[in-house]
Amino acid sequence: MRTSLAIAVGALALTGLAACSSEPTPATVAGASAAPAKGGPVTVAATDTECKVAVTELAAGTSTFAITNGGTKVTEFYVYAPGDRVMGEVENIVPGLTREVIVELPAGSYETACKPGMVGKGVRGPLKVTGEHKPLSDDAQLAEATASYKRYIKSQSDTLLIKAQEFVDAVKAEDIDKAKALFPVSRTYWERIEPVAEIFGDLDPAIDARENDVAEGEEWTGFHRIEKDLWVGKDVSKDGPIADKLMADIKTIVEQSNSAELSPVLLANGAKGLLDEVASGKITGEEDRYSHTDLWDFDANLQGSKAAVQSLRPVLEERAPELVKTLDEKFAGAEAALGAHQKGDGWKLHTELSKGDLKKLSDAINALAEPISKIAAVVAK
Amino acid sequence: MSQRISRRKLFGMGAAGVAVAGAGVIAVRGIGDEPAPTTVASVSDAVPFYGEHQAGIVTPAQDRLHFVSFDVITEKKAELAELLQEWSAAAARMTQGQEAGTFGAVGGQPEAPPDDTGEALGLPASGLTLTVGFGGSLFDDRFGLASRRPAALADLPHLPGDALLPEISGGDLCVQACAHDPQVAVHAIRNLARIGFGRVSVRWSQLGFGRTSSTSRAQATPRNLMGFKDGTANLKLEDVALLKEQLWVGSGDGPDWMTGGSYLVTRKIRMLVETWDRAPLAEQEQIFGRDKGEGAPLGRKNEFDPIDFEAKGSDGKPLIFDDAHVRLAHPSRNGGAHLLRRGYNYVDGSDGLGRLDAGLFFMAYQRDPHRQFVTVQRSLAGRDSLNEYIKHVSSALFACPPGVRDAGDYWGRALFS
Repeated sequence: MRTSLAIAVGALALTGLAACSSEPTPATVAGASAAPAKGGPVTVAATDTECKVAVTELAAGTSTFAITNGGTKVTEFYVYAPGDRVMGEVENIVPGLTREVIVELPAGSYETACKPGMVGKGVRGPLKVTGEHKPLSDDAQLAEATASYKRYIKSQSDTLLIKAQEFVDAVKAEDIDKAKALFPVSRTYWERIEPVAEIFGDLDPAIDARENDVAEGEEWTGFHRIEKDLWVGKDVSKDGPIADKLMADIKTIVEQSNSAELSPVLLANGAKGLLDEVASGKITGEEDRYSHTDLWDFDANLQGSKAAVQSLRPVLEERAPELVKTLDEKFAGAEAALGAHQKGDGWKLHTELSKGDLKKLSDAINALAEPISKIAAVVAK
Repeated sequence: MSQRISRRKLFGMGAAGVAVAGAGVIAVRGIGDEPAPTTVASVSDAVPFYGEHQAGIVTPAQDRLHFVSFDVITEKKAELAELLQEWSAAAARMTQGQEAGTFGAVGGQPEAPPDDTGEALGLPASGLTLTVGFGGSLFDDRFGLASRRPAALADLPHLPGDALLPEISGGDLCVQACAHDPQVAVHAIRNLARIGFGRVSVRWSQLGFGRTSSTSRAQATPRNLMGFKDGTANLKLEDVALLKEQLWVGSGDGPDWMTGGSYLVTRKIRMLVETWDRAPLAEQEQIFGRDKGEGAPLGRKNEFDPIDFEAKGSDGKPLIFDDAHVRLAHPSRNGGAHLLRRGYNYVDGSDGLGRLDAGLFFMAYQRDPHRQFVTVQRSLAGRDSLNEYIKHVSSALFACPPGVRDAGDYWGRALFS
């Protein structure tokens, strides 16, 4: 019997999921009936300088990698598709420990990588995958869920292209007031689709990195670079190339997002990921630290999360009706908590909220994120 | 009790053994209503969760504390009662060295977040006790409980010298986690807080790293951060008659739901340890009224010697000064009020001014806080020469209901049903 959509990451990386399936119970591995690998997992012997993967060719489908760290540094293991698209990863493999990761790979050329010390490009090796692979997400309801979410992504990203262009044009015209007004609006469409955008590793930081995220020697680009120039420097006369790059990066990521193959588990984890974003970046005011327009992003994350959950709703209603009730209640609670801070067509600034206001928002997000964290297991059944 | 697998057992089997249903740990049992002199044989053992009184009050004080105060954020009484049932079930498991949920940290579906956070895997029960209390604010108009608020749970009055910070004072609910391993105590609080998301929200919490009181004659008296033995004259579990008179709420004291319970006062007392350390030994001993080495009352030899408040030195002055801590806090000066103290030393890092943010997280259980704690604290706050070196920065009062009787019972059932 088929059990495990969960471990089916489709043609799409599902890093969060892969990372937490590091110690699957024997039952889980056996239950992954699509697993083609003859015998046990593919062993990977990692040291501080080597990354010996037992095979360089695999049959298409679900494979388990068991990475043993024989080195002295904590390591990570990745399977990359061309362009370093993450297909699966497992982090924090301490010396002496073996951890497992389950990855679903269609036919194609990949690279494996160990990252001793968890830095740099890592020790790479080729991996060829051949043969036919029938994706696991063939259940009609689940297929409709992903199709419905893809339509959402399409509509949001179409608008993102328009609003981002308006913002970029205002920056290039050095119209500071207009650019400031458009900044939170254009970000709204970005923040709604971020869980999908985040899959494309390189571009997300180029578009959305905060100043402290950037390594020494690398150029800081994207929304927040321009935000700082608008609000702190009050001078965007040199930001033309940065604005053009932002638009080009957004175009690329929109294209990629719309052609990405999604899985139901990605939707579930994406919905959770958006709330994690709220909890870690928006409530603290770290996201938009110069403009303090964090609540726009908060609202967009919440809406994006809801869209993903709603796509899964028919499946959830069948499999976990109680959970649906809880989700409805907690979404309403979070929306009400946020709604208290509406101001005109937008939102209050982060700096206008008291510590008590922020705690209420934090409580509402915690209340919602707990039931949302249960969705992935339900749709994976 | 159906038990799945103990953390200790899991450790023994290695992670591969998670699928095996375990036989469960052997809890320390066979203790009747009256406490025996020594209930915990070793620091790794389990303390029974079910009983007439809540564990964690007369239980010989464990070495470590994580205390948390919650605000209730749900407006539904039924949700609050459900939470207390879920907490009771999780506490019954965790105190016996098991994981918080039935699947545990590694036994569930790989796509689901684990129902135990995992940091106590491999650790024994470590004497963990979990004790719950209800604050006066729970009895406002939100849950229709106003008529069931005991008189003894009336807000504490302002006391001289109070410098209380509201954000680390009060709360609707509290959980006291005591254990011999700090990781076990923190694990318990973290998992209870997680279970509570959407219904309760952490208001403040406090770690304590070393006990400052003995609650059993089998224990040596520990020292507070001023270097003095603390709690020599504390109520102890062997004082059965005194406990009945001074510690446990009796039937007829107030609403029935509190019978068999006890009231907990917590006070975070910041100590200005740097200033204290510059005080001469003789002055330090005069302030407490005891000698620093042995802990004996001034003028006597041994720690447990009775205190002679009349004794005078060769200069004709009292050996124990009028404003000595031991004199002002003594039951004979406070209408016979005793307290069962269960405090912990804390250091919350440093204060940015080159000083440790250190002190005593004072906790005291009693039958009636207004007759007991308030009387003693009034006596101390007015005159105690120790006041120069301390500052009360947080305060809370909680009504801790009687014990959870069995798996069909839960914390505060008599209040919520």
